[in-house]
Amino acid sequence: MLRILRARIQQKHRTMKYPRGNFPEMPDRFAGRPVITGQCGESCRLCLDACPTHAVSKTPEGLRLDLGRCLFCRSCVGVCPSGCIAFTSNHQLAAAKREDLIIGPKSLERAAAVSEIARKFFRRSLKLRQVSAGGCNACEADANVLSTPAWDMGRFGISFVASPRHADGLLVTGPVTENMLLALRKTYEAVPEPRIVIASGACALSGGVFGGNPEVTGGAEPALPVDLFVPGCPRPTL
Amino acid sequence: MNMNNPLPVYNGEAVGINKIPIVPPGLFLDSIVQAANDGARIACLFGSPVAARTIRLYAVLVHDPSGELSILATYVTDRYPALTPDCVQAHWFEREIAEQWGVRPEGHLWLKPVRFHHSYRPEHDAWGRSPNDPILPSVMDFFRVEGEETHEVAVGPVHAGVIEPGHFRFQCHGENVMHLEISLGYQHRGIERALQGGPDKRTIHFMETLAGDSTIGHATAYCGLVESLTHTQVPARAQMIRGIAAELERVANHVGDLGALAGDVGFLPTQNYCGRIRGDVLNLTALLCGNRFGRGLLVPGGVAWDLDPDRAGEMMARLEAIEADLAVAIPLMFDAPSVLARLEGTGSLSIELARRIGMVGGPARACGLVCDVRTQLPYGAYRFATLPVSTYHTGDCFARAYVRWLEVQRSFHLTRQLIESLTDGPLTRPCGALDPDQLAVALTEGWRGEICHVAATDEDGRFLFYKVVDPSFHNWFGLALAMRNQQISDFPLCNKSFNLSYCGHDL
Repeated sequence: MLRILRARIQQKHRTMKYPRGNFPEMPDRFAGRPVITGQCGESCRLCLDACPTHAVSKTPEGLRLDLGRCLFCRSCVGVCPSGCIAFTSNHQLAAAKREDLIIGPKSLERAAAVSEIARKFFRRSLKLRQVSAGGCNACEADANVLSTPAWDMGRFGISFVASPRHADGLLVTGPVTENMLLALRKTYEAVPEPRIVIASGACALSGGVFGGNPEVTGGAEPALPVDLFVPGCPRPTL
Repeated sequence: MNMNNPLPVYNGEAVGINKIPIVPPGLFLDSIVQAANDGARIACLFGSPVAARTIRLYAVLVHDPSGELSILATYVTDRYPALTPDCVQAHWFEREIAEQWGVRPEGHLWLKPVRFHHSYRPEHDAWGRSPNDPILPSVMDFFRVEGEETHEVAVGPVHAGVIEPGHFRFQCHGENVMHLEISLGYQHRGIERALQGGPDKRTIHFMETLAGDSTIGHATAYCGLVESLTHTQVPARAQMIRGIAAELERVANHVGDLGALAGDVGFLPTQNYCGRIRGDVLNLTALLCGNRFGRGLLVPGGVAWDLDPDRAGEMMARLEAIEADLAVAIPLMFDAPSVLARLEGTGSLSIELARRIGMVGGPARACGLVCDVRTQLPYGAYRFATLPVSTYHTGDCFARAYVRWLEVQRSFHLTRQLIESLTDGPLTRPCGALDPDQLAVALTEGWRGEICHVAATDEDGRFLFYKVVDPSFHNWFGLALAMRNQQISDFPLCNKSFNLSYCGHDL
């Protein structure tokens, strides 16, 4: 018992101050929210060809980058001769509307978060059931991290629960494989209303790198109505 | 040399595909049985179509004590006499061959699908299903025990924790489990098929997400294959940085598992400390490449990010702090009688059984098997390191936990060594086009065990096939057997002590 107490003192209090205090410092090589910084040559298609998930497109107004597809691999940055795309250290990527994930030359710093209804119902207590539907275990592992002392999301009244019947919503990861489609639907139906769906990671948003494979359906939509989209591969833990 | 004997190859060597001995099916099967009886393990056994009616079967064998690797092939059409009755470790592979190519191993005692998808050869189905029949996961004949006091417990695909999906059927007598059958395939994303015709811009991302917690392990195997198929000599500095990343991956996952095991037996201090410390280790990988899982670090030919002196200093300092935290957190668990009482004697496997079913990695070493690709078939930075193989002899949950702790300590030692001795030099060498008509095998030791990638190129130097074997593919059956005669309430503990990958198995 004394050893356990001694260990407790040695390990210290480690829960981060965020969101009351400052952001924890992100590693300098971290790829956060991208910005379109320049105008490129009309005929140049290098970034479009380099992108593994067709996240980059070209419109008359300039480049568009779909965060729902982006793997944050920076292949586009590497090939661009005129430095038109840059990845900042801003980790705030989530959006309530799918179209807010499209980044253009004039996009806002941060998209609007959850809807008013969700805020009203679940503000102080949100119980989530996590469903991995073809996820590679990176998004899942970093969902588990949120319950550890450093993040301690229980502080905000958020926790993962064992049964969908105890949950207010689902946290979906993975590109939703054909083999998980039925189980995902059934899990959703078992959640009492009102309920929300959070799609987490490029796979759940668009199928990610698996997007074109016939074995996957291409993300949480259209199987379920999604209330919050969290980009990344895997999504950052903040 | 005798063209009937398996062709010996080095780990990461490319050979002309026409150099691989092709023998009649009978001799093929006899050679594998003979080799297995002499202590060899099947690293990979798979099929690849060569004509409308013909499938070529390849076997990649590892002779663990000596670290030799050899390849043999044969031709089959719609059926062949199964290997499994004489060589149990083939049983999961033969189910996979039957499912993918509609080739029926006659006499296989347990011929069921492994991933639940349609055959890759239309009109050929090992179970006589039509291409239009829907195939639903876990819809198959399960082994059943019948009797007045027996009952069946079905769990999954969606489990209670934040974990991947799979279906488990227990045949129970009271609390006692007589038999567990595991049915997977829910995570099947069609990666092997998507890799054919590559490499292309998606390939490295498939490798990084085969099993997302083994990004470095799988990416290292892939890069090794491409480098051997293009004759690229990877700079020493890059090999060392890959080694550092691989050891960090091992430490992070082992620490996370030790914490989760402590949690499963209700020992909260270690659970909480390890949950955080695992994150601290992942953050070291993020310090190196910006991503906690090592995404984007490896590229064929080398690494994309350098460990510059400032960064190396920072990493050393943080490693020291992490080690100090672990030196308190982990012994706390192993010294607690209440923890030991739950771990010791739970889910035991014997060394003979582990060898017979072809187990790999930590769970095999926990039974006393000496197998570690880093030592026996060294690649990359491990060619220059002496690394003792961490084993234990009891084969139970305690052994699987304790081997992890031994490995963590040795990984720290090796990581520090690699950082201190980082050589100067470039980070990458350009890889040219892939040689045509070659076959290459690359094995790495991921944190779960042996990762095996086999690829062959066609006449244009594109991937004719790309075969992946995650260590979980060898070990899921071990978990099923470990549950025999255990209490059903010990399943979470046994499952965590293996912590196998669903997506790595399902591909």
